[in-house]
Amino acid sequence: MNKTKILMPKTKSKKIDLDAKKAHHLFYQMLLIRKFEDKAAEEYTKAKIRGFLHLYIGEEAVAVGVIQALTDEDNILCTYREHGHALARGMDAGAIMAEMYGKQEGCSRGRGGSMHLFDKSKNFFGGNAIVAGHLPMSVGMALASKKQKKNNITCCFFGEGAAAEGEFHEAMNLAALWKVPVLFVCENNLYAMGTAIRYTHSMQELEKKGAGYGVESSAVNGMNLMAVIDAANEAVQKVRDNGKPYLLVCNTYRFRAHSMFDAELYRDKKEVEEWKKRDPIPEFQEFLLKQKIITEKEIKKIENQVDSEIQKAVDFAEAGTWEPIDQLTEFVYSKKETK
Amino acid sequence: MSQTIKTTYREALKQGLREALQNDDRVFLMGEDVGRYGGAFAVSKGLLQEFGEERIMDVPLSESGFVGAGIGAALAGMKPIVEVMTVNFGLLAMDQIVNNAATLLHMSGGQLNVPVIIRISCGIGQQLAAQHSHSWEPFFAQVPGLVVLSVGTHEDARGMLHTALQSPDPVIIIEYTSMLNLEKEISTDAGAVNITKAKVIKSGKDISIITYGTGVYKCLESADELAAEGIDAEIIDLRILRPLDEETFLASVTKTHRALIVEDAWRSVSISSEISSRIMEKAFYELDAPVKRLCGVEVPIPYPLHLEQASVPQKSDIVKAVKQIINP
Repeated sequence: MNKTKILMPKTKSKKIDLDAKKAHHLFYQMLLIRKFEDKAAEEYTKAKIRGFLHLYIGEEAVAVGVIQALTDEDNILCTYREHGHALARGMDAGAIMAEMYGKQEGCSRGRGGSMHLFDKSKNFFGGNAIVAGHLPMSVGMALASKKQKKNNITCCFFGEGAAAEGEFHEAMNLAALWKVPVLFVCENNLYAMGTAIRYTHSMQELEKKGAGYGVESSAVNGMNLMAVIDAANEAVQKVRDNGKPYLLVCNTYRFRAHSMFDAELYRDKKEVEEWKKRDPIPEFQEFLLKQKIITEKEIKKIENQVDSEIQKAVDFAEAGTWEPIDQLTEFVYSKKETK
Repeated sequence: MSQTIKTTYREALKQGLREALQNDDRVFLMGEDVGRYGGAFAVSKGLLQEFGEERIMDVPLSESGFVGAGIGAALAGMKPIVEVMTVNFGLLAMDQIVNNAATLLHMSGGQLNVPVIIRISCGIGQQLAAQHSHSWEPFFAQVPGLVVLSVGTHEDARGMLHTALQSPDPVIIIEYTSMLNLEKEISTDAGAVNITKAKVIKSGKDISIITYGTGVYKCLESADELAAEGIDAEIIDLRILRPLDEETFLASVTKTHRALIVEDAWRSVSISSEISSRIMEKAFYELDAPVKRLCGVEVPIPYPLHLEQASVPQKSDIVKAVKQIINP
């Protein structure tokens, strides 16, 4: 069973102002991510997608709950498990799927693949696959906002594995020292690849790490969308108002393997089954039904909408084209223009 | 003919920095001890008082952190100049430099360029031993996506930064600690310099001596000595180690038919091995003698002066090598 002790605060009872339109949109995003990831896994087994593929299934409430709290001007940086964040940011599912296919119609022209989704027009800065390597960059982006007297903040997602890296600690210190508006979101899914948190962190209540740097922090049940929304709204507001960093730890769980290469030798199937009982999607659905914010009919409609969007994404990726080999050395230096 | 003024390499670097800070509000300098201490090697002394702490930022000892922050600030529209105290410490930021600065443009399919300047003190000759003195230009020059400049002259110390700041892509500027106090005459109106072409520092007809960094003045002095013996050497300062300007040195070798390459960096997999290969590939039939290389001895830099000096090519080695090539 689950031997890892982790703080799981109960969903706060605080009333969240959630109108039906927004609620439906969030439900749609949760479902889109889930089904998109299922489809990606399927395409991977068909060898349409290659390389590493890291699925976000089980963790949807974190990306959806946090990103809804941001404005379009806020910067987002993610890890290599970022399909969900890209979708929650409103990036086109077709461009993401095409990227994973390696087609030049992909959001990074096929040069990045699953781990490197970028969309500058959406202030979405990756897709970073060196664990914790993007944390210092997020501090720099927030520093630029401060210097330019802009109101936007920078939101940086990373896993609990990154919190063991030196760059996490350097970034926390720099952000606090410089008082820059960055929201650090630690997605604690309990495993750094295949090593459980109890083998990687001497102190597992990660939110406490904020105190060492004078960074305000909190932890939230990352399996509950309403709880994440509540915590993220508050954290984002604080960062925006105070211009200072904040560490939000979202305790969550990935239902699928680390990547498609992972035989999951390190965890008990029963543990996974236990966590699946806390699946954030049925939970949110039930909440919406109970609150009479959504009807069964509307759910069906959203499901159909998601299915058709994913089919469109696959069709778009399939119809995509391969970049000619004579363009291989493009995008190494800026001056060289695309043919 | 314009007037000249006597200046140290340090002062030339500082004037370049001052000008950059004056010209563009987006430019700021960050690094360990750049402000209150005045710069580890006094290059930025006085700039904090002149520009204030928003523009001259002292940073904690966290190379990966602040170099990464510089990259982030560049992504978000600033023009950061990040100073790394020595090339040895620069390795702590290698993840940021190689995995992020050099890679983002490509990985994002051309969407994200990173106009960051990273100035790194480099070089041998201060008896600072194996963790504070090396010539590691080749590490950086190996990486596609970076522009790597080597500041071998006072003109370049004064003018390279200006041009580097126009680059949309990350520029690594390698400066040399051992040259800081060296005085030279430079033009009073010295300023921006080209950063795409190598430079023929001294024209000659008998042999091409190809070098960079601390090799430039050493080779020039050697050329004076050789001239006294009737050997007319051409000296080429590579200046830009990536992307290499091969046109200039290939043209020189085509003219002189002999080549000596001089560098302080370790011999194996070095700048000189690359230059040598390109001469073999593209100017082989122009050669009257095999290409020769004088490089750093492959040893961590030792502390005692005599051993330190023996670990890199000296003027006498250069003179001797040229004579051997010309009169085998």
